[in-house]
Amino acid sequence: MVILPHPDDETLACGGSIALHRKAGTPVTVVCGTLGEMGRNMGKPPFATRESLPALREKELREACALLGVTDLRLMGLRDKTVEFVDPEWLAGRIRAYLEEVEPSLVLTYHPLYSVHPDHMAMGAAVVRAVDSLPPEARPAVHMRAFGSGLINLGPPDLAVDCAPVLERKMAAAAAHRSQTQGMFARMEAKAAEDPAFREQQLKQRSIENYWFHAKG
Amino acid sequence: MAFGGIYAMKPIALSEVQAALQPYVDREVYLHLETTNGAYAAENLQGQAPTMAVCAYIRNARVRFHRAVIAGAGPFRAGLQMEIGWIYAEGLTDWEIDEHGRLLLAGHDVEGRLAVALELSFTPFHV
Repeated sequence: MVILPHPDDETLACGGSIALHRKAGTPVTVVCGTLGEMGRNMGKPPFATRESLPALREKELREACALLGVTDLRLMGLRDKTVEFVDPEWLAGRIRAYLEEVEPSLVLTYHPLYSVHPDHMAMGAAVVRAVDSLPPEARPAVHMRAFGSGLINLGPPDLAVDCAPVLERKMAAAAAHRSQTQGMFARMEAKAAEDPAFREQQLKQRSIENYWFHAKG
Repeated sequence: MAFGGIYAMKPIALSEVQAALQPYVDREVYLHLETTNGAYAAENLQGQAPTMAVCAYIRNARVRFHRAVIAGAGPFRAGLQMEIGWIYAEGLTDWEIDEHGRLLLAGHDVEGRLAVALELSFTPFHV
């Protein structure tokens, strides 16, 4: 079960891992907290507006999930940029309900302290709270994505997932989140065309998904 | 430009937008006002110099103003004068009247990212 706040988090953070699990025949449920209503990326040139963005990002999310092979997608209906302000016990309760229903053996989420965006960290914290509230024998493993300048405070990852076998699928899903990635990918491609070392670095970054463990399960 | 049925904005033309503001004057209207430089502005992403991540928004303020003016040569500034205060937005570049009849003004940077938004509606914005 992948529990993240924004449409495109599932692909950009965990797309390779998801595709590998689906390739192996493991069922995957994606729980998306919000519709990314307050994102500032509107496409390049802009084709979305503040008001049209949520419906558009939901459509992009469904397309990305289809490309990754995910057939079970849940939308929590929270609002972008407000995840840290809702009652944390209520939020953990909502997540716990998904855990009790689906009984995943593994949960992927963001690190509660090292994932930059406040929504990322609030969702990660809620997942940890929900998992820890389960009886020990019922707790899934929790693997967390972390990134940003704060990473220097974390030791090395507990697990590095090699996504090279499914990289094409991951990038297709990333491109499906067009409003969010169109501009970013254009910029990165322009830079990579001039700088082979950058291209190499980007390839490596996309091909490996590093996880830190909250619980081994 | 339209994309698959999704309305897209056009560049602001002063007289057009000035006219579009008038129906909202002296009415109880709903406001969405926002500015942002992105949640990752404080990170050194792809060589960009880190700064503060700055964002403010109010979604669904019910307001009443008696004067509305758009000014500038692009980007533009809008000032809405209320009896007890002001509503102001600077950096506006594009606009549209969406399929629900709402007036959406936005400022996009060179990468097409939203930096500022001022939106008016006669009914509450969806939360």
